[in-house]
Amino acid sequence: MRIEGKGLIDRAVPVRFRFDGVDYQGFKGDTLASALLANGVKLVGRSFKYHRPRGVLTAGSEEPNALVEIIEDRQQTPNVRATVQEIFDGLEAKSQNRWPSLGFDVLAVNDLAAPFLSAGFYYKTFMWPRALWERLYEPVIRRAAGLGSLSGRHDEADYEKAYAFCDLLVIGAGPAGLAAALQAARAGADVILADEHPVMGGRLLADTGAMDGKPAADWAAAALAELGAMPNVRLMPRTTVTGVYDGGTYGALERVGLHLPARPDLPRECFWRIVAGQAVLAAGAQERMIAFADNDRPGIMTASAIRTYLNRYGVAPGKRITIFANNDSARQTARDLMAAGVEVAAIIDVRADAPVAEDCPVYAGAVVVGTKGRKALRSITVLHRGAEIEVETDCLGVSGGWNPLVHLTCHMNGRPVWDAGIAAFLPKPGMVPGMRVAGAAAGEFSTAGCLASGSAMAREAMKALGRKAAPITLPTAEDGSYELLPLWEVKGKRRAWLDFANDVTIKDVRLSAQENFASVEHMKRYTTQGMAPDQGKNSNMGALAVLADATGRGIPETGTTTFRPPFSPVSIAAMGAGGRAEGFAPQRFLTSHTASVERGAPMIEAGMWYRPSYFPRPGESTWREACDREVAMVRSAVGVADVSTLGKIDIQGKDAARFLDLVYTNTFSTLPVGRVRYGLMLRADGHVLDDGTTARLGDTHFLMTTTTAAAGLVMRHLEFVAQAYCADWDVRIISVTENWAQFAVAGPKAKPLLDTITTVDLPFMGCAPVQVGQVAARLFRISFSGEQGYEIAVPARYGEALFRDLLARAETLGGGAYGMEALNVLRIEKGFITHAEIHGRTTAFDIGMEKMVSAKKDCIGKGAAARPGLVGPQRDQLVGLRPVTDAALSAGAHLFNPGEEVCRANDQGYVTSVCYSPTLGGSLGLAFLRNGRARHGEMVRLVDHLRKIDLLCEVCDPVFHDKEGVKLRG
Amino acid sequence: MRITCPLCGPRDRREFYYYGSEDYLTRPEGEDWDAIDAHLHLRDNPAGRTRDLWYHEMGCASWVLITRDTVSHQISDVVLVGDAAAGISAKMKSKAKAPAKGGAQ
Amino acid sequence: MGPVTSVAPFAGQDGALAAALAPLAFPAPNSISSDGAARLVWTARGQAFLIGAAPGDWGQFAALTDQSDGWACLTLSGSGAAEVLSRLVPLDLRAMAVGSGARSSLGHMAMILIRGADGFEIMVFRSMARTAWHELEAAMKMRAARQVC
Repeated sequence: MRIEGKGLIDRAVPVRFRFDGVDYQGFKGDTLASALLANGVKLVGRSFKYHRPRGVLTAGSEEPNALVEIIEDRQQTPNVRATVQEIFDGLEAKSQNRWPSLGFDVLAVNDLAAPFLSAGFYYKTFMWPRALWERLYEPVIRRAAGLGSLSGRHDEADYEKAYAFCDLLVIGAGPAGLAAALQAARAGADVILADEHPVMGGRLLADTGAMDGKPAADWAAAALAELGAMPNVRLMPRTTVTGVYDGGTYGALERVGLHLPARPDLPRECFWRIVAGQAVLAAGAQERMIAFADNDRPGIMTASAIRTYLNRYGVAPGKRITIFANNDSARQTARDLMAAGVEVAAIIDVRADAPVAEDCPVYAGAVVVGTKGRKALRSITVLHRGAEIEVETDCLGVSGGWNPLVHLTCHMNGRPVWDAGIAAFLPKPGMVPGMRVAGAAAGEFSTAGCLASGSAMAREAMKALGRKAAPITLPTAEDGSYELLPLWEVKGKRRAWLDFANDVTIKDVRLSAQENFASVEHMKRYTTQGMAPDQGKNSNMGALAVLADATGRGIPETGTTTFRPPFSPVSIAAMGAGGRAEGFAPQRFLTSHTASVERGAPMIEAGMWYRPSYFPRPGESTWREACDREVAMVRSAVGVADVSTLGKIDIQGKDAARFLDLVYTNTFSTLPVGRVRYGLMLRADGHVLDDGTTARLGDTHFLMTTTTAAAGLVMRHLEFVAQAYCADWDVRIISVTENWAQFAVAGPKAKPLLDTITTVDLPFMGCAPVQVGQVAARLFRISFSGEQGYEIAVPARYGEALFRDLLARAETLGGGAYGMEALNVLRIEKGFITHAEIHGRTTAFDIGMEKMVSAKKDCIGKGAAARPGLVGPQRDQLVGLRPVTDAALSAGAHLFNPGEEVCRANDQGYVTSVCYSPTLGGSLGLAFLRNGRARHGEMVRLVDHLRKIDLLCEVCDPVFHDKEGVKLRG
Repeated sequence: MRITCPLCGPRDRREFYYYGSEDYLTRPEGEDWDAIDAHLHLRDNPAGRTRDLWYHEMGCASWVLITRDTVSHQISDVVLVGDAAAGISAKMKSKAKAPAKGGAQ
Repeated sequence: MGPVTSVAPFAGQDGALAAALAPLAFPAPNSISSDGAARLVWTARGQAFLIGAAPGDWGQFAALTDQSDGWACLTLSGSGAAEVLSRLVPLDLRAMAVGSGARSSLGHMAMILIRGADGFEIMVFRSMARTAWHELEAAMKMRAARQVC
């Protein structure tokens, strides 16, 4: 029911929205919850387990009941709190966890079965028979329980991530936060003021108290106007600070487009990483419930929520409202309601000596012992001086006191301390370095106290930053005291709810204690208390008190569960913003990319690089046809491949050769200028790190080549060795991978091709600077194919032109481009290894290169590689495999001795690379086989359970093609 | 988490690659299995001060030695591995002696 | 941008290199030394990039490598430039003075960032230029969308 003249909503702007298929009207500034209450909608959801009818409980992000699905065109966002969701024209929301409708929910039958569904019920009941768990129990339970549902589509909306830096981060823009921000901003500090609500001001917007004789909301508006005009202040409304991390880093979630009609150009949410020199936590406090019989009916809410709906949104959530409280603060709700002309049926105050001042029945020393009304509250039963009184009411405001929102102070492992005076946990100083707590979050409940503490904490923060800040003048404001008589539960026979969202009752907590799950962490897991989206904000305190009572301990001894980030739910999509599809990692493109795509080459991802898989020609319908032709082309004529992805590292300095001797197993100091040598690099633990060729360009100048996969890894390794072990050596390392485009030209006609562009004649493993047209290039005579091969490198800007030119020349010689598939076949035929073989668990011994580990010098990993167990016949050693029949081998398959049982104990090794070899006319494989080098000629059984392959192979030398290297040397 | 690179200044930890314990700075020589074992595998797991190696990969390519507290997460010191190298070779010698001593007993 | 050359002084050659570089000076971390179109931008531990001029005959004092073709440079200018970059760069841009530089990352890409009077120069590896462009464009579009909220 809307109250004329009340609230901060814009009555000139009506907003139409839809809830569960019914159209409603609200006003600009309404939340979905306030607009539904204004329309008299009380039933907004069903509970998680018992499917009990539920209504709005709170007016903030802690809401446990009013969780809805927001429907957009093709998307559906579940578990949105109606108390946070702003309405906009066309908003469509749906209640969740009910079937077929909110009013008639079949699974409400669970509520009747409640005696059997207590905590631990699933664990005890569905244990047996075990086979039924997956097939029957789990699917049924999953359908019955659970909260909202997803659209089943990819989330197509955009999300954003951003970094922000400030001197002072102020969390919460109520009286304490505003005072802190003003204090710091006027001192010239960079201030970020973040608040989860769309309009800042916190309780100043919901309270009727005056500041400097004017409405509190006016003072808040003026303070915000001042802050908003300052260049050193960033106001971040709709932004919840969700986590505190090391080094003054804070995570925050901003709602950007969720409160607006479809705006696909806007991100839905932005996840901020805020780095703050200092922080003031002014998150406020949250009113807590009292557990009494059937305290979960729609129409029962916190007393402060009623005040917020009345004063901020101009909504009375009932026609005859009652208040049940153990403290003074709830009285203000009754007074505000009466002043607005809403009937207050009664005030039930737990305290026998409570003042009786209001113009309505006040029951001092009374409690609520029961409620009636299935889908909406109809009446309550009050126990007063031994008599039960039935009070007709459609809305009950409850206040069990206030919990300071200490969550963020605990994110770095701090534990709050119990304060008996306010019966709540308070932060202690220094729980988070650089963070101070002000206002109600620090247990300061009066408006004047909040202002003073906000200002004081900001001044302390300024001092810590080395800034001067004279105290600002604060307005006069309400300065009342806060007294309460702790009451957590009203004992009775009927169920009394603690955690509304997860349907945890007092009985469940007591059962947990009875079954000796008596520690608070065990109780939480036994009952699921506090594990719903509100993370126990509404109920943990109460459950803790009940557990303390049940176990005969005090509340401080019982302690709290751990407060962990996030303070309120953060969508994974926001944290992973920008990371979908191509956004997952940068794409690296070769200079030849366009030319390859023009030739129809499909691209394959190699790390971040996109490399051509093969170059199809007319008439070829499969990749194999193209690949076989490209292999044959290289073996018989000439092929051109872009090999620019290989890491290229420029190494210079007087100690460069000595440095290479340390990082490579073999010797490079003896390499003559103008020559290239293959090198093997080990990790500290003796396993192979990488391999590649290194050219000596000058006496103190080398160019190292790494594999594509390990380019970054090798760079990091070289820097480590240089900085950690060779700090006083004269060696300088830099990657030149990106600067050069490099192309392999391989095949018996490689030389004739190169003769058309340069006159240089290189010996095998030679290198030289060459001139290609006007361009200074580098030529290397190296081969990864087994044919006579060259690699020619030019500055990247000439890469595309050179590639096209080389292809044109190759084509006149019966050759052309070859892709990754052919490159792989060529190297397998030749027994050359890649990271399929040097996969991190193989040693130089395993790949047959132990002779490359020089005995004459030290190298990284040398000692470790010689450890017992890393050499010898028990090792899996590199071998070649050929199938006995014309079947195809499979990579990843395991090897067994023929006649032995196929089981792990009998495992003899595994296959790493396979191909169809057009050169040899059959399937080839490289594999690691136990003591393999001694077993050439033996038969092994290859088993691939995944692909259902089981065949016999002959073990052979891993070099299948041109064993003597005649072709290579030309 | 923030790390103050001695060269670049305070930076987000995303710019850094984590390697591991400072023990990697003590490179064993020869085929001293105990020293190799210590270098590769033997690690303290202190509740308190620890020193480990990070690489400013998305920055200046410096390897840094960070002294931090595993309980409070406070970083008390960040030095360049290159600068610390003199002190580290001294440590290598002292560690190299240790097994010999054990052998003598 | 002109030619780009990495200059990494050899051990004990700082003085000799300084004399050869003059009037350019080998820059301190995060800084840039300029002489007309020539800029010497600090890029790493013991390393700076000479941008906009060919290097002199300094090979005996420093390791020189040509980086002209290895880097793509984008400029981002206008009053919203820092806001756009804050979506992709984990740097405190408040602390970055005009005429200074920094090594950091743009999204997942290694980056050299130079702050000019009216914006930024953003250098990334050549092969990643397309991704850099795409990510900056996406950040700019989302910022523009916020302007019309």
